[in-house]
Amino acid sequence: MAMTEQEILEGLGEIIDEVAGVPADQVTPDKTFVDDLDIDSLSMVEIAVAAQDKFGVEIPDDQLKDLKTVQDVINYVRRAEVSA
Amino acid sequence: MGTDRTRVVVTGLGAITPVGTDVPSTWEALKAGRSGVQQLTDDWAAELPARIAAWAAADPATLIDRVQARRLDRCEQFALVAAREAWADAGSPDVDPERLGVVVSSGIGGVASTLAAYDTLKEKGWQRLSPYTVPMLMPNGAAGWLAIELGARAEVHTTVSACASGAEAIGYAMDMIRAGRADVVLAGGTEAAIMQLNIAAFAAMRALCTSRNDDPVSASRPFDKGRDGFVLGEGAGMVILESEEHAAARGAHVYAVVAGVGYSSDAHHIAQPDPEGAGLRLVLRRAMADGGVRPEQVVHVNAHATSTPAGDVVEAQAIAAALGDAAPGVVVSATKSMTGHLLGGAGAVESVAAILALRDRVAPPTINLEDPDDDAGLTISAQPQQLSQRADGPMAVINNSFGFGGANVALAFTEA
Repeated sequence: MAMTEQEILEGLGEIIDEVAGVPADQVTPDKTFVDDLDIDSLSMVEIAVAAQDKFGVEIPDDQLKDLKTVQDVINYVRRAEVSA
Repeated sequence: MGTDRTRVVVTGLGAITPVGTDVPSTWEALKAGRSGVQQLTDDWAAELPARIAAWAAADPATLIDRVQARRLDRCEQFALVAAREAWADAGSPDVDPERLGVVVSSGIGGVASTLAAYDTLKEKGWQRLSPYTVPMLMPNGAAGWLAIELGARAEVHTTVSACASGAEAIGYAMDMIRAGRADVVLAGGTEAAIMQLNIAAFAAMRALCTSRNDDPVSASRPFDKGRDGFVLGEGAGMVILESEEHAAARGAHVYAVVAGVGYSSDAHHIAQPDPEGAGLRLVLRRAMADGGVRPEQVVHVNAHATSTPAGDVVEAQAIAAALGDAAPGVVVSATKSMTGHLLGGAGAVESVAAILALRDRVAPPTINLEDPDDDAGLTISAQPQQLSQRADGPMAVINNSFGFGGANVALAFTEA
């Protein structure tokens, strides 16, 4: 069953807290990973791998680089779930 | 030796060791003769011939930020804990970032991370490797992280010379300041190598104590006739070195002067001491000459003495030969009797101990010394020994560190 935006956001918040130490309540849809959350490219790789485990959605490197905001990831996961 | 050469002083100390979580607790334990050696109860140790080791007194991951702990190998975590203590102890100096350097070493580097990453690779595939795997396993990882931590932009170095690495780092840092390339340098060594592969590999060399698995506290016994190998320890030691001028300008507390460093190469055997001890005599003479220290000024030597049958006696004889007529009365201590052998961390932790011995005028004991195997005429004692001036000039102490590969380093510290 597909997850809601809110469920994905919460899951992403847990991942980002674990990987990068950013409190989950700061992970809101409008935030950019690099400028707002201070997450570097290595940590983005960790986040992508953790997201794969959590959401069952693979994020290839060439897609990952286009995911600039939290909302971008939410949209990507939802689209991938629909097409799966 | 030029008299106008920049003098280098020690203004901060940090350590996390098998006998203490910081410098004060480590130093109290060393003076009290407390051992950090324990039995290894882990399943992976069951088939090993050596089932003892000296774990650090605290898990460094519990002393640092959770996210940082994920990204740092255990040896890097030790380095960070000890470096923060040293930096705070020095009063968190206000220094131009381009005049602040880091020289931090490890004998082996992040070997636990290497092994864990290999398991992950085999079991789950390359995609599941942490993107921090390489900075966790590279030997200069700790130095790099600490340069970031302090914003140190002068230079960042890692001197790798097996068990001499930590001492070589301090010598290199001193040379940087003397050469005018930095005003303040964080220097030290770290190691986290208590794991199946390393114990097996050292056992394969017949380098470890294997006769006292049931009595771990008695296992590391440098200079005692009953010694049969070293005990692996872990942890880190750090010092803040500073030009005397810079330290004076900010009114810093000065522990000691780093008077001199000696280096030499055995060029004899990849992992065994030269029984003639030529390289050891040379390194001691060079350290004293570099520091303008006469043998009569030397009151204490923190020996490399790892508790191996071959190494300890050669070192004692070399100390006696290098000090000559001044050898009787010098107090030699082997703190590895309590901490085990911290490999790349050893020279730095033992330099901290030597500096505090000079400050407190007391040499720590060498525990388990029941039947001394020493006819070199040195004072080696199972009890703490008072240190007192033996000649004109400031009192001096020496730290010896020798590494596989024939790398010898001696550091001479004098009273401020």
